[in-house]
Amino acid sequence: MSGSQTAEAVDLAEEEQLDNSRAPRMDQSQAVAEDFQSVAQEEYETHGTVTAEDPVMTVRDCNVFYGDAQALFDVNLDIGRNQVVALIGPSGCGKSTFIRCLNRMNDTIDTAVVTGDIRLYGEDINSKSTDVVLLRARVGMVFQKPNPFPKSIFENVAYGPRLHGLASNRAELDEIVETSLRRAGLWEEAKDRLDQPGTGLSGGQQQRLCIARTIAVNPEVILMDEPCSALDPIATARIEDLIDELSENYAIAIVTHSMQQAARVSQRTAYFHLGKLIEVDETNRIFTNPGHKLTEDYVTGRFG
Amino acid sequence: MTADEKRAQEETLRRVRASLARRYRSERRFRLFGLSSALLGLAFVAFLFVTIIGNGYTAFWQTQFKLDIYFDPAVIDPDGQADPQQLASANYRALIRDALQSELPDVSGRREMRELNRLISAGAEFDLRDEVVANVALIGSTRELWITADDEVDMLVKGHVERDEQGGARRLSDSQLRWIDALAADGRVEQRFNVNFFTRGDSRDPEQAGIAGAAKGSLFALLVTLVIAFPLGIAAAVYLEEFAPRNRWIDLVEVNINNLAAVPSIVFGLLGLSVFLNFFGLPRSAPLVGGLVLSLMTLPTIIIASRAAIKSVPPSVREAALGLGASQVQTVLHHVVPLAMPGMLTGAIIGMARALGESAPLLMIGMVAFIVEVPQSITDPATALPVQVFLWADSPERAFVERTSAATMVLLAFLLAMNAVAIWLRNKFERRW
Repeated sequence: MSGSQTAEAVDLAEEEQLDNSRAPRMDQSQAVAEDFQSVAQEEYETHGTVTAEDPVMTVRDCNVFYGDAQALFDVNLDIGRNQVVALIGPSGCGKSTFIRCLNRMNDTIDTAVVTGDIRLYGEDINSKSTDVVLLRARVGMVFQKPNPFPKSIFENVAYGPRLHGLASNRAELDEIVETSLRRAGLWEEAKDRLDQPGTGLSGGQQQRLCIARTIAVNPEVILMDEPCSALDPIATARIEDLIDELSENYAIAIVTHSMQQAARVSQRTAYFHLGKLIEVDETNRIFTNPGHKLTEDYVTGRFG
Repeated sequence: MTADEKRAQEETLRRVRASLARRYRSERRFRLFGLSSALLGLAFVAFLFVTIIGNGYTAFWQTQFKLDIYFDPAVIDPDGQADPQQLASANYRALIRDALQSELPDVSGRREMRELNRLISAGAEFDLRDEVVANVALIGSTRELWITADDEVDMLVKGHVERDEQGGARRLSDSQLRWIDALAADGRVEQRFNVNFFTRGDSRDPEQAGIAGAAKGSLFALLVTLVIAFPLGIAAAVYLEEFAPRNRWIDLVEVNINNLAAVPSIVFGLLGLSVFLNFFGLPRSAPLVGGLVLSLMTLPTIIIASRAAIKSVPPSVREAALGLGASQVQTVLHHVVPLAMPGMLTGAIIGMARALGESAPLLMIGMVAFIVEVPQSITDPATALPVQVFLWADSPERAFVERTSAATMVLLAFLLAMNAVAIWLRNKFERRW
């Protein structure tokens, strides 16, 4: 009898402690909820600077609807030359939807409707006259899960150049493949097994193969949708180094769930929340001195 | 840990232990049930094969008489001109009769001569004629030739008909029996490989009947089916999966395709009769029409299998291709269709195998007719293997029993060959992703 009484007493004490620890958290989440409400209002002005000095792509008032549900609300953002823009935010906030607007991959979803003004070097990419094939050759994409074609490593890289007729003969094609693999840091590992299936590579190698495949068509912008989420830390580090090198030549937009990654690879960071672009600024400012409460809560790990 | 909690844990453990034995028993029972089902199925297949092969293998041999045929110029070429017309209409039966009679000199009288004549196949004289027409130098010479025996003789020699059975199944007279024994004692009766069975069309005489006509009819019909149903089926599947807008009309088309797969095959036969024969006026009994009807029947199967194969191609492959700037058609042609090809081929082969074994729709368009000629093109009248099996199974002669089984064996061999090709093709196209 006495044993169980003591146990009950301990239980009670623990519960009390829990209550105590819960109280501030409650306050916090209430605060977050208030911030949410301020965001949920119709008009929302993005904090920070949406424009870039030398923009390759400009997005103005971009709205995306999936059927009746609106996924993006009036997003304005520039992607500058030789610059990495990191898109961060909790799951379902519209980061992926946003970068899929940039090469019109949302076209493949029947119910998706994209409005707004998205320009690549001043050219409206949503206009009727825009050729999607050409657009996607100029705005390449690397996906979350490595998705090499079930073909040889060579064929994987050569597919894009062949598709667009970039090589006039076999020697040129060989050269494109080698250069692309070199720039993706895969040449040393792959040069002796070019005829073997790309699917036989490790996850990190596959993702670098996908990057090689993307840069083989010489795009102007590279979009990356959580390219490291399926990779281990070593493979991730290699990809991040690679992104750094690639930013010398390309404009890059990268979606990531890792704030450390965003801090490491990007010059600018955009924080999305519930389909709205809350804040965009230079990366170190976002992480050290964010302008919006939600951004601060997210980057300090209070939610997300 | 309190005493209560400890008791509760012990109780849980006790209950789990108590149920374990029952659980393992039911798992063992389940495995045993599955195994016995598989064995039962296997036993039936084995039984089928044993019966068919046991009944049918003798049809690949045919009793023949070794006779010294004298190509008598007085009988077949009285003018000495070797005129083909004359040669074609000469009395070759007389040559065989003379040869037989010289072996069996004690045969006399019209009745006995007629009985002796009946030992030889009705078609044997035409074999001789063909040989002479092909080689006129034979005229005037004597050759030792193998002459096809009548099916009654064949059945007796093979032991399918009892020797001492009187007035029953045995349809040979005692004297015929005696002559056969005499020829056999002389080493002139032998079972030889039945070439006719593999080279000829149907016949009323079992010993002259062959499977070639039906096999070629089936082959032609299946070729037509393949050429029509495979590309159409794949095109329909690709359109429905990759390009069709999602709306009520497409839903209606899908529902109808799925329903078509379940329509009884004879209904397709009726459709073929009214559309292809009556409306378009295509030739009756032709493998062309048979193939058209069978492709109507096979299309839904191919479409459904191909759609499943296309669905199973991971979307990441499509995204990768689209992201590189491939158009939708390029994405489908370069990546989706090649990856779905093994599944599509499997579907096509399943459909084709079903078409090969189908007889009902062919009955409706006249491929059940008695056709002696081996078809030379898809518009010649022909029959098909399953229909031939049906026709022979329906014939009264004892010798057609083994031929029915033999035809079934050919049908199965056809099927196995098709499946082998399918597996080979599938392995060739199979890729990992």
